[in-house]
Amino acid sequence: MGYTIIEKIIRHNTGAQNVKPGDIVTVKADRVMIHDIFIPFVADKFEEMGFKKLWDPDKAVLIYDHLVPASQLDDTRHFRIGDAFAAKYGMKHVHRSDGICHQLMTEAGYVKPGDVVFGTDSHTTTYGCVGAFSSGIGYTEMASILGTGTMWIKVPETIKVVIEGKLPEDVMSKDIILRLIGDLGADGATYLALEFTGSTVEEMSVSSRMTIANMAVEAGAKCALFTPDEKTAEYCEIKLNEFQKSLTGDEDAVYKKVIRYRAEDFVPVMACPSQVDKIKPVSELEGIAIDQVFIGSCTNGRLEDLAAAAGVLKGKKVADYVKLIVTPASRKIYQEAMDQGIMEILSEAGAIITHPGCGLCCGRTGGILSDGERVVATNNRNFLGRMGTNKVEIYLASPKTAAACALAGRIVSAE
Amino acid sequence: MPTGAIFKFHNDLDTDQIIGSQYLLLPDLEEMKVHTFESLDPDFPKKVKAGDYVVGGENFGCGSSREQAPGVLKALGVEAVIAKSFARIFFRNAINIGLPVIVCKELPDDVNTGDVMELSLSEGIVKAKGKEYSCTKLPEYMQNILNQGGLIASLNKEV
Repeated sequence: MGYTIIEKIIRHNTGAQNVKPGDIVTVKADRVMIHDIFIPFVADKFEEMGFKKLWDPDKAVLIYDHLVPASQLDDTRHFRIGDAFAAKYGMKHVHRSDGICHQLMTEAGYVKPGDVVFGTDSHTTTYGCVGAFSSGIGYTEMASILGTGTMWIKVPETIKVVIEGKLPEDVMSKDIILRLIGDLGADGATYLALEFTGSTVEEMSVSSRMTIANMAVEAGAKCALFTPDEKTAEYCEIKLNEFQKSLTGDEDAVYKKVIRYRAEDFVPVMACPSQVDKIKPVSELEGIAIDQVFIGSCTNGRLEDLAAAAGVLKGKKVADYVKLIVTPASRKIYQEAMDQGIMEILSEAGAIITHPGCGLCCGRTGGILSDGERVVATNNRNFLGRMGTNKVEIYLASPKTAAACALAGRIVSAE
Repeated sequence: MPTGAIFKFHNDLDTDQIIGSQYLLLPDLEEMKVHTFESLDPDFPKKVKAGDYVVGGENFGCGSSREQAPGVLKALGVEAVIAKSFARIFFRNAINIGLPVIVCKELPDDVNTGDVMELSLSEGIVKAKGKEYSCTKLPEYMQNILNQGGLIASLNKEV
């Protein structure tokens, strides 16, 4: 009998011959990630549990991103506690202002295909873009892993998503994952793995795959997985080993469900306020006036996203009353966008370009909105109160669509 | 069997509604708990009593990994959360901190805020409005963590 990708990773990790959905197994963590919001709680729980040392300081990564730079009184307390914890337990991988955790985990080479990775953030599913099993957990559980290096998991069933063909010009991978979340519902993949395959997926850049894996959790998924290929190898700066090459769903693997799409059928879409699965084609929303546009986040703050926005904005100006906020996902992306002239185009169009970080996406800084305001945003959640007050309307979209809306001052389709 | 009042909430209730991200920086759950369900029912922390129950629909606790979401409910004395289904991370976090989370498909549609219910965790039975509902039993592994009062207690026992 064949295996799904997640089953192969778990077999490799545990050494177990037979692994089937529903089994509870103990896996070894290849890497863990903690971010600034939760480090004080992790540190507390770690000491409460009575651990004296980290199971492997080299495998733990601490990233400050939600609170960088501090915007409110006492935010820096989290950095002080994080720095003290890292120093006490010999953690070397600490990023204090390099960008968003999920971008850095793959970009800085902490995650490789086939790895098992846990992070104190729900969007930890992102690393499935390189074929790693990665999932979000709470701070108590993270403290336990830091001490033991292990965690129990239930082997998930898998939904296979097959996409074949060539995407229309105005469609980005964001439109694919939004459509899928709409089709599955916000709980349609709860406890399940999502496996993405097909010629469209093979054609996609690792960055585009990242957008899809990032938002898999918005359908409730435990993880999202892409087969590592030559693009993955190049991105990770490795040569794929035999195990990594084997990470493809077997012909005779058992899937809970197989969903098939034709790439040509996708259209630009938005998730309407205030549910991630309330998906509508942009063409049906045209004309709705907006106050702000946000292009950034671990979902869509990468170089290709900024380039796509610049392609729409080049030589034009954003609407007078619209604030366009652009937040690169990492310092590396920020620099590359400068080198390639993308920042110049964005700035000339009237964008407010901020430092890399979580910024507006987590509603703490950099463009928080008030009652009655409306924003088109490229991040992953449009929950009530996410980017300001409870009476802010958030529409989630691709960077191309978001840029077109910024020019028009209302919802429009990108040309 | 512990008896308590029901506070009922809707489908796809996300963790931002349970505790907003602006409060996650407060030093502890005691300070955070007064903001529980603030966007939906600002008086909830005053109205809820120790031993009361939160009842939800499908996908309860979707969204972020914040453990403070089950944390503030436990800090307010909520006895258990009963829902048609739970989001993965919320479910795990709740078990790890010793807050019972119970899947019951029928009860949520039959009850409203203010109704009273009884729960027998070991038998997997909920009683409300003169009716008995059976719930999905937790796997033994999770039941053990819960019985010992959460992950910390269960780890201490192993060490």
